Amino acid sequence: MADHTLDAKGLNCPLPILKARKALKEVPAGGTLEILATDPGAVADFQAFCRQTGNELVEHSQDDSVYRFLIRHTAA
Amino acid sequence: MSSEAQAVSSEISEAPVAAPETKSMSIIVTKGSLDWAYPPFILATTAAAMGLPVTMFFTFYGLPLLLKKLDLQLTAAGNPAMKMPMMGAHMGLPNILTAIPGVDAACSKMMKNLMNKKGVASIEDLRELAIEADVRMIACQMTMDLFEYSLDDMIEGPELGGAATYIECATQADINLFI
Repeated sequence: MADHTLDAKGLNCPLPILKARKALKEVPAGGTLEILATDPGAVADFQAFCRQTGNELVEHSQDDSVYRFLIRHTAA
Repeated sequence: MSSEAQAVSSEISEAPVAAPETKSMSIIVTKGSLDWAYPPFILATTAAAMGLPVTMFFTFYGLPLLLKKLDLQLTAAGNPAMKMPMMGAHMGLPNILTAIPGVDAACSKMMKNLMNKKGVASIEDLRELAIEADVRMIACQMTMDLFEYSLDDMIEGPELGGAATYIECATQADINLFI
């Protein structure tokens, strides 16, 4: 179970990333943020976001048209 | 380290100049139509979200994107790629029709409705997010003078600068874009 959940369904690029960045600031170090999105571009974008920022993309999955990402807050 | 030296180093770390290992980005924003306003604001906000210090330099027709009240328009004239999804097809507009009064306004309204429907942020929202993310904004002084704007016309936050201000920033940035 994630510490925080962000519902970014229906939002288009770059809003899921921008909102995730904001939400991640509220997650304590080591905590996790779950993001739900419907933007197919978010799949590649969250991987790039995590590589660049040093946060850990613990898992990502898809349920119908909803993508789920779990990010561990491991960077500043 | 003496407390004085510590104070100095903490000041340095807070300066907008990137540390050597941090990548940074600058964007020259030269266009102010609804469609052309998107790339610079999308890239600036995303780069800032990814930890890059970002500077936007607003010049010529990009400068009005800093005005307090935005009413962004687009024109279909001379843009054969502008085809909107409509009734299952993609419809463009012949140049001659784009000259009819009201057509550009109608196209702009359609585009804004479409963006809203598709969950695309407004330029006003992206601009607000850029300011929140401490994106540095420079208003080109020459353009301010040329088009007779003052800082009072602009949102709070932009500083005034010229080509040399931008070049100094660009020499320190890893990514420099002209849009």
